[in-house]
Amino acid sequence: MADPVTKHPTLIEGARASRTSIALKFLMAVSGLVFVGFVLGHMYGNLKAFAGHDAFNEYAHHLRELGEPMLPHEGFLWIMRVGLLVALVVHVWAAVALWRRAQKARPIKYVVKKHTGAIPASRLMRTGGLTILIFLVWHLINFTIGKVNVQGGETDDPYNLLVDTFDVWWMTLIYLAAMAMLGAHLHHGVWSACQTLGITGTAQSRARAKTLSLALAIVIAGGFSLVPIAVLAGIID
Amino acid sequence: MTDGMNLTLNIWRQTGPDDKGSIHSYQVEGISSDMSFLEMLDVLNEQLNARGEEPIAFDSDCREGICGMCSLMINGEAHGPEVTTTCQLHMRSFKDGDTITIEPWRASAFPVIKDLVVDRGALDRIIQSGGYISANTGSAPEANSVPVPRDKAMRAFNVATCIGCGACVAACPNGSASLFVGAKITHLGELPQGQPERYSRVVDMVGQHDHEGFGGCTNIGECAAACPKEIPLDVISQLNKDLRTALKQGH
Amino acid sequence: MTDMPDTTLTSDTSHDEPTAGEYDDAAGYYTLGDPIQDAKAPAGPIADRWQTRKFEARLVNPANRRKLSIIIVGTGLAGGAAAATLGEAGYNVKSFCYQDSARRAHSIAAQGGINAAKNYKEDGDSVHRLFYDTVKGGDYRSRESNVYRLAEVSVNIIDQCVAQGVPFAREYGGLLDNRSFGGVQVSRTFYARGQTGQQLLIGAYQAMERQVAAGTVEEFTRHEMLEVIVADGRARGIIARDMVTGEIETHLADVVVLASGGYGNVFYLSTNAMGSNVTAAWRAHRKGAYMANPCYTQIHPTCIPVSGEHQSKLTLMSESLRNDGRIWVPKKKEDCTKDPRDIPEEDRDYYLERIYPSFGNLVPRDIASRQAKNVCDEGRGVGPLVGDFRRGVYLDFADAIKRLGEDAVREKYDNLFDMYERITGENPYQVPMRIYPAVHYVMGGLWVDYDLQSTIPGLFVTGEANFSDHGANRLGASALMQGLADGYFVLPHTIRDYLSEGPFEKIDESHEAVVEARKSVEDRVAKLLSINGTRSVDSYHKELGHIMWEYCGMERTAEGLRKAIDMIRELRADFWTNVKVLGAADTLNQSLEKAGRVADFFELGELMCIDALNRRESCGGHFRAESQTEDGEALRHDDEFAYVAAWEFTEGDEPPVLHKEDLVYTAIEMKQRSYK
Ligand SMILES: Cc1cc2nc3c(=O)[nH]c(=O)nc-3n(C[C@H](O)[C@H](O)[C@H](O)COP(=O)(O)OP(=O)(O)OC[C@H]3O[C@@H](n4cnc5c(N)ncnc54)[C@H](O)[C@@H]3O)c2cc1C
Ligand code: HEM
Ligand code: HEM
Ligand code: SF4
Ligand code: F3S
Ligand code: FES
Repeated sequence: MADPVTKHPTLIEGARASRTSIALKFLMAVSGLVFVGFVLGHMYGNLKAFAGHDAFNEYAHHLRELGEPMLPHEGFLWIMRVGLLVALVVHVWAAVALWRRAQKARPIKYVVKKHTGAIPASRLMRTGGLTILIFLVWHLINFTIGKVNVQGGETDDPYNLLVDTFDVWWMTLIYLAAMAMLGAHLHHGVWSACQTLGITGTAQSRARAKTLSLALAIVIAGGFSLVPIAVLAGIID
Repeated sequence: MTDGMNLTLNIWRQTGPDDKGSIHSYQVEGISSDMSFLEMLDVLNEQLNARGEEPIAFDSDCREGICGMCSLMINGEAHGPEVTTTCQLHMRSFKDGDTITIEPWRASAFPVIKDLVVDRGALDRIIQSGGYISANTGSAPEANSVPVPRDKAMRAFNVATCIGCGACVAACPNGSASLFVGAKITHLGELPQGQPERYSRVVDMVGQHDHEGFGGCTNIGECAAACPKEIPLDVISQLNKDLRTALKQGH
Repeated sequence: MTDMPDTTLTSDTSHDEPTAGEYDDAAGYYTLGDPIQDAKAPAGPIADRWQTRKFEARLVNPANRRKLSIIIVGTGLAGGAAAATLGEAGYNVKSFCYQDSARRAHSIAAQGGINAAKNYKEDGDSVHRLFYDTVKGGDYRSRESNVYRLAEVSVNIIDQCVAQGVPFAREYGGLLDNRSFGGVQVSRTFYARGQTGQQLLIGAYQAMERQVAAGTVEEFTRHEMLEVIVADGRARGIIARDMVTGEIETHLADVVVLASGGYGNVFYLSTNAMGSNVTAAWRAHRKGAYMANPCYTQIHPTCIPVSGEHQSKLTLMSESLRNDGRIWVPKKKEDCTKDPRDIPEEDRDYYLERIYPSFGNLVPRDIASRQAKNVCDEGRGVGPLVGDFRRGVYLDFADAIKRLGEDAVREKYDNLFDMYERITGENPYQVPMRIYPAVHYVMGGLWVDYDLQSTIPGLFVTGEANFSDHGANRLGASALMQGLADGYFVLPHTIRDYLSEGPFEKIDESHEAVVEARKSVEDRVAKLLSINGTRSVDSYHKELGHIMWEYCGMERTAEGLRKAIDMIRELRADFWTNVKVLGAADTLNQSLEKAGRVADFFELGELMCIDALNRRESCGGHFRAESQTEDGEALRHDDEFAYVAAWEFTEGDEPPVLHKEDLVYTAIEMKQRSYK
C-alpha cells in the first residue's frame, strides 16, 4: 500500500509531459506553423512572377545572397532548408505516430458513422498530408533538385522553367490539385494548431481561430494557384 | 395503436467479449412517438423474450440523462440525432418506416462485454490518476474563506456537468477521450482549490489516457457535437495549455 | 418556539371517530415482539450528545487499521463518502456497486440542493432550527438525537465539498449562494444549478477514486450483492455476483456497510434509477436486520406525468420550481381539455395558495402531492387521459416570466425546462408545465441505532437504506445532507468503535455461514433460470407496481391494504412458477438481475402493506383515509403511534414480528403539523 501522505496517488508511475500524445501534437503544430511561415514567404516569391522574368529571377538570386556577408553564399537558403527538413521529419513522424495511435484506438469500425461537428477538411488531414508529401517530392525534382523541364527546355533559368512547366495543362492541374489539398490542410491545420497551443480558450477566440484558418487557407492556396493559372492563361509567358 | 410507427432495427449482437458479433435485423410495430428510445428497445426485448430469444443487453440506469450509463451509437451518431443522452432521446425524432442502426461504442479502451454493453472502466482509471483535489475529510477550511469569482465558478460548473458517458470517445474519429479529460482539467483548474495539484494532475491524467489506448486528439470536433452535456471544445484547448505549462515547469 | 406557525391540535378538536387503539387493523398479519431501543445515543443535553459519543467511541491505532477490512455496498453519497474517508484513514476498503462506475449511483440524479445550517443569509437559521424543521417536516416520527446530529454536521459537509472542488452556485462577490426549499422559511439550501446531487457525488467519487489509486480502496463495479454473510453472530462479508462473468464471489471482511439506496422501485414507476433495488437491504433483513417503517414513502409532487403504458420510469422536476411556478387546475371540469392559456384568471383554482395561504405553493411534499391527487380525483386534472382520468396539474411560470423576465427564469431553470420539453415535446416557456406526484424516496429502511448499526452486529446501514433521520416525511434537500453526513462524518467515528474490537477471528470460505450463503445464492439463480414459464419479469414488476400504487400509494385504507396483501401473495406465487428468464448464469444477464430484484420487491411490498395497515394514523407521507381531520388533513395519533415500527423477518408462513421503538422527544414538543 502506497503511503497516501508522502506520495501523490496515481496509477501511472513517472508520467512525463514530454511523452504524452499532447506533446506529439505540440511538435505537429510547431512544425506545421513553420511550414505556414515558409509557404507564405514562398508564395510571396512566386507572385513576383507577375512582375516579369527579371524581377522573378532577381528574387531567386537575392534569396541566395540573403545574409551575406554574415552568412556564406546560399547560407540563408541552407539554414532554411535544414529548418524545413527538420520540420518535415518532425511533422511526418508525429503525424504517423498519431495516425497509428488512432488506428489502434478503434480497431473495429462502425457500420454506420456520421461526422456531425467535423469540417470535411479535418478528416482529410492524413490523406491531404500524404498528397502534399508526394507533391513535394515531385515539386523538388521539378524545380530544385532535378530541375526537370517537362517541355525539355532550359532548366537553369527559374522563370523559364516555371513558365515551361505550367504551359503544360496537366502540370498546372497537378499543382492546382495539390494546392486544393494544401488549402484543406490549412483550413483545419491552422485552427488545429491554435487549439493545440491552447490559445482558443473561449468561444470567441475559437471563432477567431477558425476565421483565421479559413482566411490563410484561401490566401495561400489561392495565392499559389494564381501563377500556374496565369501561365496557362497566357498572362505570364 | 393507430398512430404507431413501424421501424426496422439493425442491432449489433455479440454474445460475449470473445464473440465476433454481427448486425441482426428486427422489426417493431406500433411505436408511439412519446416513447423514449430505450422504452422502444424495452418493447423489442419483451417481444424477443416472448418468442424465446434472449433480450438485447444495453446499459441504462437513471433514464433521465444524468448518470451517464446509457450509450448506443444510433445511425452513426453517439446518443443519436439530438444533443442529449440516449435515454432522453424520444421516438418523435424518428418517423414511420425508418431503419435505425444501433451499435455499441467502439474503442479499444471500451471493450464490448455483450451486445451493446461496453466496459468504460478506463474513464474511472483516468480519474484515479489525478482527477481529484486531495482534501482529506475533516481538513477543510470554512467554505466561505476562499471566494471564487462567479465567472470562474460558472465555467467550472459548466464543464463539471460531464456525465462520463464516453460519447466523446465514441464519436471521435481518433477514439480520443480528450473532451472528457479536458472537462475535468478545466473544472478543477478553474477553482482556487484545484491549483496546488494542477500541473501534476494534467500530466498524470493524460499519461493514463494514453496508457489506456485512447487516440490522440487532432481537433476534429465531433466529440463536442456528440456530447450530451454540450461540453465545449475550449476544454481541450485548456487541457493543451495546462499540459504546455506543465512541460515548461518540468513535469 | 412561538414564531413557528404551528397550531397544537388535540384529538378532540377533530372527528368523533373512534379513537386510535380501538382497532388493530393488522391483527393476524403480524405478531408483537419485544420493544426495541437505541442504546447508543448518550443521555444528556441534545447538543452535547454527538460530541460525547465521538469522544467515547474507542480508537483504532493507525498501524492496526491496515489489518482491518471494510466492505461497503453502494457508492452513492453515503457509500462513496464513507469509502473515501475510511480509505484515507488507512483501513482496507472494498467498495461495490451494480453500475459500471461508482460515479453513476443514483445520488447523481438529485437536483435541488443540500441543506446546511450555515446561516449565511443571517435570516435566523441555526443548527437548532434545522433540527426543528427536519423533525417537524418528518411529522414527529424520527429519532431526535439522530436528527440533531445531522443538523450539527451539516455545516462541515459544505466545507468539505467546497474543498473538493464542488462548484456550488455563487454570488457576484464570490461567496456561496443559497435558496429556500419546500417546507421551510429560511434560505439554507446550497445548490449547483439543477445538478446538485451530481456535483456532490462527483466530489465523493473523486475522493474515493483517489483512494483507489492510493491502494486503500478496491472497487468492484458491476457487482451485485446478493447475500450477507453472518458468521458467529456478526456480519462478516457478502456474496456478490460479478454481473459480467456471472461468477458468484465471496468477499469477507471485519465489518459490512450497506449504503445501497432506496427501494422506491417497488412501485415500478418511480423517479429512482432502473436498477435501484431492495435486494441488498432485504437480504440483510432476512438474515436478522430489522426493517423499520417500510410504509413511509415519499411521493414527490413535481414529476412529469405518465404518458402511457410503455413508460419505464418517471422524471422528477426539481422542487425548486415551486419557488417561482404557481400551481393550479381549472375550477370547472369542462375546462380541463382547453388550452390552459385560454382559461381566464377567474376560472383558475390556485388550490395550494387558497388552502395554505402562508406557505402557498411551498407546502411540504406530502401535502402538495395529496392535494394534487384530490383535485384530480375530483375530475379537475389536466393532460391526456391515462386510464379513465387525467393525472396532472399545471405548474405555471407565466407570472414569473412577467415578473423576472424570461432570461432570469432561463438562467435559473434552463436545464429543467429543457428536460421537460425533451420528454413531453411541449415548451414550458409558452405553455404551463403539467406535473403529477410520483414515488420518489423512501423514509423507511433498515433499522439502525445512533451508531448506524443494524440489529446484526457488524452490519452498518447508511444513507437512504436506513430509516433514521426523516421520520414519516423527508424535507427537500435533506437526503443529500444525510448521505454525506453519514458517509463523511458519522460512520467513520461509530464504525471505529466497533472495529476497535477487531480484527475478528479469521474465517474462510469453508465456514458454514459462507457455504450456506453461497449455496442459497446459487440455488436462487438456478431456480430463476429453470422456471422457464411464460411471463416476463417486467410484466410482473409492472403488475406489482400497480398494486402498490393503487393500494399503498398516496392514500391507504385498511380494506385496500388487505386486498393488496392478497394480490401480492398471489402474484408472487405465480412469479415463482411462471416467470420466464432467458439466457445463462455465466454471462451478463439483465433479465436475471431484474428477476432477483423483483422477487425481493414482492416480499418487501407485502411488508409495506402490513406496516401501513398497522399504522392506523396519518403522518407525513403515510395517509390513512381513516385518520384525517374534518378538512382532510393528516391526523396523527401520538398516543398510539409515536413509535418506530421495526419488523423482524420470520421464516416460512410465520407472520413478521413487530418491535416498537418509542419515540421520545426531549428537545422539542410534539405538535400537530400545520402549514396553513
Ligand atoms: C430524482 C431524484 C432527485 C432527488 N433530489 C434530491 C435533492 O434535491 N435533495 C436531496 O437532499 N435529496 C434528493 N433526492 C434523494 C437523494 O438523492 C437520495 O436519497 C440519496 O442520494 C441516496 O443516496 P445513497 O447514497 O443512500 O444511495 P444511492 O445514491 O442510491 O446509491 C446506492 C448505491 O448502492 C449500490 N447498490 C444498490 N444495490 C446494490 C446491490 N444489491 N449490490 C451492489 N450495489 C448495490 C448502487 O450501485 C449505488 O452505488 C433525490 C432523489 C431522486 C431520485
Ligand atoms: C509534408 C507533408 C505533410 C504531411 C504528411 C502532413 C500531415 C499532417 C497531419 C497528419 C496532420 C495531423 C493533423 C490532423 O490529423 O488533424 C497535420 C497537421 C498540420 N499540418 Fe501537416 N502535413 C504535411 C505538410 C504540411 C504543410 C506543408 C503545412 C503547412 C503549410 C502543414 C501544416 C499543418 C498544420 C498547421 C497542422 C496542424 C497541427 C495541429 O494539429 O496542431 N502540414 N499535418
Ligand atoms: C503553385 C505553387 C508553387 C510554385 C509555382 C512553386 C515554385 C517553386 C519554384 C520556382 C521553386 C524554385 C525556387 C528556386 O530554386 O529558387 C520552388 C522551390 C521550392 N518550393 Fe515551391 N512552388 C509552389 C508551391 C510549393 C508548395 C505548396 C510548397 C510546400 C509545401 C513548396 C515548397 C518548395 C520548396 C521546399 C522549395 C525548395 C526551396 C529550396 O530549398 O530551394 N512549393 N518552388
Ligand atoms: S465530455 Fe461529454 S461526451 Fe464526453 S464523457 Fe463527458 S458528457 Fe460524455
Ligand atoms: S473529435 Fe476527437 S480529435 Fe479531438 S476535438 Fe474531439 S477528441
Ligand atoms: S440512463 Fe442515465 S444518462 Fe441515460
